[in-house]
Amino acid sequence: MSIEKKGDCMTCAEKVLIMTGNHAAAYAVKLCDVQVISAYPITPQSPVVEKLMEFVESGEMKAEYVAVESEHSAITVCISASVVGARVFTASCANGLALMHEMLHWAAGTRLPIVMAIPNRAVAAPWNILNDQQDSISQRDTGWMQIYCRNNQEILDTVIQAYRIAETVMAPVMVCYDGYVLSHTLMPVNMPDEKLVREYLPPYRPHTVLDPKSPRNINPVTLADPRMNAEGVLCHGYMELRSLLQKSLLGSVSVVAEAGREFGRIFGREYGIYDSYRTEDADLLMVSIGSLASEAMDTVDNMRAAGMKIGVMHLRLYRPFPAEVIAKAVRETGCRGVAVLEKNVSYGYEGAVCSDLKAALFDHGVDVFAHSYILGLGGRNVSVSDIEEALNRSYGYLEKKGPDRIKGQEWINCRV
Amino acid sequence: MKKLTAVTMPDKEYMLPGNRSCVGCGLSIAYRHGLKALGDSVILTVPASCLTVLQGMYPVSSMLVPCLNTAFETTAASAAGIRAGLDALGKRDVTVVGWAGDGGTSDIGIQALSGAAERNTDFIYICYDNEGYMNTGTQRSGSTPYGAVTSTCPSGKLEHKKDMPMIMAAHNIPYVATVSPSYPIDLYEKFTTAKHMKGTRYLHLLIPCPPGWGYDPRYTVKIGRMAVLCGMFDLYEIINGKLSFYGPSLRIATGEPREPVEAYIRAQNRYRDVSMEVVEMLQEWVDKKWESYKKMGYCETD
Repeated sequence: MSIEKKGDCMTCAEKVLIMTGNHAAAYAVKLCDVQVISAYPITPQSPVVEKLMEFVESGEMKAEYVAVESEHSAITVCISASVVGARVFTASCANGLALMHEMLHWAAGTRLPIVMAIPNRAVAAPWNILNDQQDSISQRDTGWMQIYCRNNQEILDTVIQAYRIAETVMAPVMVCYDGYVLSHTLMPVNMPDEKLVREYLPPYRPHTVLDPKSPRNINPVTLADPRMNAEGVLCHGYMELRSLLQKSLLGSVSVVAEAGREFGRIFGREYGIYDSYRTEDADLLMVSIGSLASEAMDTVDNMRAAGMKIGVMHLRLYRPFPAEVIAKAVRETGCRGVAVLEKNVSYGYEGAVCSDLKAALFDHGVDVFAHSYILGLGGRNVSVSDIEEALNRSYGYLEKKGPDRIKGQEWINCRV
Repeated sequence: MKKLTAVTMPDKEYMLPGNRSCVGCGLSIAYRHGLKALGDSVILTVPASCLTVLQGMYPVSSMLVPCLNTAFETTAASAAGIRAGLDALGKRDVTVVGWAGDGGTSDIGIQALSGAAERNTDFIYICYDNEGYMNTGTQRSGSTPYGAVTSTCPSGKLEHKKDMPMIMAAHNIPYVATVSPSYPIDLYEKFTTAKHMKGTRYLHLLIPCPPGWGYDPRYTVKIGRMAVLCGMFDLYEIINGKLSFYGPSLRIATGEPREPVEAYIRAQNRYRDVSMEVVEMLQEWVDKKWESYKKMGYCETD
């Protein structure tokens, strides 16, 4: 349900609507003139696709909606429709996203600019339908880009940016936001003007079109080594094609930054690679992805009031991992330690974001500790005191030197 | 219109010489004549199968139709995506064809196919049934017949094959047909009929496979004929629920005797060690199948 309210944006008169994160994603898809939507219902994603079906059936949106029998088919429909030249969208999470896994590799390997909304949810077993980020984090090695949102406005704006990014890089993008915390929570959302969205996002121009007029065989068996074509030209092997994907992804940090800057120029809301809150002069930096970073701002205010110099950094872009940008940002705060709080685990080690951040800091010679905290799994409530507890623990390590700073990962508010 | 013969079939070839199929491949015959019937305005999607191999490895290709290779279980979903994309772009005149093996159809791909058929997705699905995973070294599939030896049932399969065309007919789709490359005119006509219809159309091709079935490659056409003449595989089409037999199967339906299955069984090495008991079981399976055709009223002549 959306309640209309008059409001103003910095550069243009934008309508302000009150809506859930899921509906924010659906409205963004409509604004982007998406041509094919295919999805399979899963809690808490269903309202995204229900809203889109409403748009399509009412004629508000001119798109083909394919109501498939599984998530595996949903992403397959998107892949094939994208190959023939349509702009496509899907949404899923949790077990549905896990079922898509094989085809996520196909989407990235075929270099298709598919955008998928993911209201993050815990993955079974045991069954759980509530929020954590294990689902999308488990897909980090598929070649998809991943952007995490903190509120419903960011969801809407990021979906629009995601198409621009995907169609520039020729790689698929996941727009991730916390299930329920954002997907089912009403917030005011500024609705961009559709003409300006078209200016920001030109029509999709596919790199290859499957067309009977110029027959091609797309994704045939490709050997490891380069091979000669019929004209005697040496063509890439599997490894070269995969390397090109990696090169594009590594080079896409600047594309994300540009898309965020340009969005700011047109719509008055600028986006970057990461967001900071009270990080200047911080001794300890809390790093997180998604709505946790938003919630942590209150905690940091409390702790700052108590004399503890703590700041928050939200990693908006997780894949590609913006190692250089983040390492530089951490160095510039002058902090001595980082506490990474996240709702996922790389089982058998620690939080995935923490490992990636550590590697970036190590590579760029930033000599700070980084501690991994796991919390909020399967929808376990994360309170201000939970975040405080984690930050307090790491704060106690600030005076330690060398190996004494090392600490194993910890689970907060877990009663085992 | 002139009667279709091998001579009056279109000259245009969509399958080029020098492809990677095995010697005596039944799929090559079906593919060549099927593509002639489908014509110029076609997009194919093909999962992991012999056809992937036949079409060639990057950067060369042995065919003149556009094709999207896709994952094993996704043929029908992939076709649905191509259809949706073309429809969204206003290219409604292009025929979308999914072409998969029996493993890709009756085993791993049945979910996506059933979904697409339930939605009556506008495309042609072709299952070329060589009765096993012949591209990966002859493993058993749900379509392998009773008694046949495969690398995953080395003592012979203990279950009968899945009746895939009837499963598809139960989806109430506009067109279901069974086809053999040994009867290319019938094959061409059924592909043509399918092409001129809308909605989900399903063609089931029994494809003799020299390495998988174990016979001399020169006998592919003959083995295909034997399968039909003994009633192991029957040529029919079902249009809007009405089943009609064709060729030798029509003659059987109207009273001509069937050949015994034994000669067909003994001609193939995959049945090399089967006892008379197994032959009798297969004969009984065929007899029962034909009894049920009669009970369903399919054998009444118009």
